[in-house]
Amino acid sequence: MNELAPTPDLPEGANAQDYLRMYRQMVRIRAFEDSANQLYLDARMPGLTHMYSGEEAVAVGICEALERTDKITSTHRGHGHCVAKGAEFKPMFCELLGKVEGYCRGKGGSMHIADQSNGNLGANAIVGGSMGIATGSALRAKLQGADDVTVCFFGDGATAQGLLYEVMNMAALWSLPVIYACENNGYSEYTKTEEIAAGSILARAEAFGIEAHQVDGQDVLAVNTLARDLVARARKGEGPFFIELMTYRYHGHHVGDINRLYYRSKEEEATWKETRDPITLFGAWLTREGVASEEDLQGIESAVRAEAAEAVSYALDAAYPDVSEVTMHVYAGEG
Amino acid sequence: MMREITLSQAVNEAIAEEMRRDETVFLIGEDVAEAGTPFKVLSGLVEEFGTDRVIDTPIAEPGFMGMAVGAAMTGARPIVDLMFGDFLYLVMDQLCNQAAKTHYMSGGKLKVPLVLRTNLGATRRSAAQHSQSLQALVAHIPGLKVAMPSSAYEAKGLMKAAIRDDNPVVIFEDKLMYQDKAPVPEEEYLIPLGQAKILREGRDVTLIGTSSMRQVCEGAAERLAGEGIEAEVIDPRSIVPLDEGALLASALKTSRVIVVDEGHQSFGVTAEIAARINEKAFYHLDAPVLRFGAMDVPVPFSPVLEDLTVPTVDAVADAARKLVAGELIHAA
Repeated sequence: MNELAPTPDLPEGANAQDYLRMYRQMVRIRAFEDSANQLYLDARMPGLTHMYSGEEAVAVGICEALERTDKITSTHRGHGHCVAKGAEFKPMFCELLGKVEGYCRGKGGSMHIADQSNGNLGANAIVGGSMGIATGSALRAKLQGADDVTVCFFGDGATAQGLLYEVMNMAALWSLPVIYACENNGYSEYTKTEEIAAGSILARAEAFGIEAHQVDGQDVLAVNTLARDLVARARKGEGPFFIELMTYRYHGHHVGDINRLYYRSKEEEATWKETRDPITLFGAWLTREGVASEEDLQGIESAVRAEAAEAVSYALDAAYPDVSEVTMHVYAGEG
Repeated sequence: MMREITLSQAVNEAIAEEMRRDETVFLIGEDVAEAGTPFKVLSGLVEEFGTDRVIDTPIAEPGFMGMAVGAAMTGARPIVDLMFGDFLYLVMDQLCNQAAKTHYMSGGKLKVPLVLRTNLGATRRSAAQHSQSLQALVAHIPGLKVAMPSSAYEAKGLMKAAIRDDNPVVIFEDKLMYQDKAPVPEEEYLIPLGQAKILREGRDVTLIGTSSMRQVCEGAAERLAGEGIEAEVIDPRSIVPLDEGALLASALKTSRVIVVDEGHQSFGVTAEIAARINEKAFYHLDAPVLRFGAMDVPVPFSPVLEDLTVPTVDAVADAARKLVAGELIHAA
C-alpha cells in the first residue's frame, strides 16, 4: 500500500473536523455509488448510470475548497460532484429513480442530477458540454463584481472537444475566475486516453497562458491543498487555472460495461483498488496522524451506509411525478 | 405624425433601453463593440455601456454561446449576437442541448434568460453559407422561443419583450431590411411573443407571411385589391409561441389560406402552420392550404439563380387568384 506523503504544510485553518468531513464525504460518494449500482443490478433503476467510484478524492478535494456560493459544472459521471457540493441522499436517489422528490423532479435522472441550491449548475450528458456554461458563470461573477469561483469538471475524453479551447482562450484573455478540472481516469469511454490525446494535456492549457498543474487525484489532501490555493487566487482575479487530476474509475464507462478486458486488464483494476484507493489511503493517514481511530472511521462508514440504505428505501417508496408534469417547465414562467 | 426609423435603429434602441433599465443585460459576440457588427446595428452602444457590457469575442461561436448560457443560468440576461443565421449550425449544442433544456431538466430550478439575435434572408448575393433562413431548425426545439420581426416597429417591441423573457429567445432579423423605415413611437412599448398582427383585413383569402415575407404578402394583397380580391394579411410575429387562434380565425373567415416563409419549404414553418390549419379548420376550407418557402436547394450565388429560390409577389398573387377562382383545389 502506498502511503500518502506526510503533508508538512497542512492547509491553513484545517483541523480534525475538516479532515473527517472530507473522509465522510468520500465515503458518502462510495456508498451512494455502491447503492446505485445495486439498484441497477436489481433492475430497479431506469436506464444506466456512470459510477464515480475510485475518483472520490477529486470531487471532495476540490469541493471542500469551495464555498456554497461557488459554482460547479458536472458531467455524465456526476454523482460524486453532486454529493461533494453538498447534496443530500434522499433527493439524489429519488432523482435516480425518476421520482418527483428528486432534485430535478425526476426529469433529469442520473446524467443531469444536481442540487442547484448549492451552486451545482448541472450534470451534463454531452461530453464537454458544460465548458461554456462554467466559463460563462465565471464571466457573470466577474461582471457582477462577485468573488465566486466556478469549477468546470470534465474528463480526459472531453479534452478532445473543441469547445474547451474556445472558452479557455476567452477565460485567459479576460482573467476569469474559472478552474478547469480535468479528471484523467485513463479512459475515454472504452478507449485508452493515450489513444485519443496527442501531446500533453497540460501543455494545451499552458499554450493559452493558463497556469496548469498535475496532481495525484487519489490523494485528497494534495488535491485539496492545491484547490484551496487556486481558488483563493482565482478570487483575487489571478485565474483561470487548469488542473489535471490523475485518477481511475473502478467501474466501466457505465454500469452496463461489464466485460472490459478488450480495453483494460483485471490486474490493472485490482492494482488501483488495492494500492491507490483514495478512501483507504486517506483513512490510513488519518489514523497514522492520530486524527481518528480505526473505530472512528468504521463508525463513519456504518453511519453513511445506514443513511444510504434508508435513502434508497425512501426513494423506492416515493411517488412518481403526476403525468401532468410532462408539459411542466418546458418554458419558465408557464406552469 | 409618428417618426420613422430604420429596423437597424429600432433594434439598437430596444437594446439600449433595456440595458439602461436592467444592468444584468449585456451584449456578447464578434465585433459587437467598436465595429457595431458588420451591419452597424449596434453602433454607439459600446460608447454608452462600455466594453464590460458590450463584449467583443474571438471568432468562436460555440464558445461565446455556451458562455452566455452559463451567464444566464447565474443571473445575467445576455444578448448573443450571431453575425449570420447560417452560423446557427455552429452553436446547436449550446443552444439546443444546453439552453433549451436546462429549465426542464432541472425540474424548473434553473432558468436561461438569453436572447440570440441573428438574421435570415437571401438575395443579398452572399451564396449558400450566408443566406439561409433557419428559423424552422430552432422552432423545432421545445424550450426555445422564436421571433421574426417584419418591420422596425416589430423589431423594437419584440426585442424588448425577448430580453425580459425568462427563456432563451431566438430573434431572426431580415438582413435586407436593416435600412427599411417604419413608424416607431417614441414612447416605450413591448410586443408580447405569441401575438399575431392583422395587417390588412380581407374576406377572400388569408396570406400569412413571416419576417420580410410580410412584404411579399402585402404586395400581393395590393395587387389583388386592384382586381377586386380582398386578401387578409397576417404576420405571426413569433412562430414559437404561435398565435394559432388568430391564424385559425382568419382561415375560418376567408376559407382560403396561403402561408409564406423564407425557410426551405420542406419540413419548415409553412408546413407546420398549414398542418395546424388543416387539422383545426378543415371543414371550413374551400381549398388546400398552399405554401411558399424557399426552394429546396442551397442558396446559389448567381443572381439569376438566386432570385428563383425565394417566394415572390407574383407567385403569391397568382396562387391567390387561382384559389379564389376555385382552381388548384387538389394541386397543393
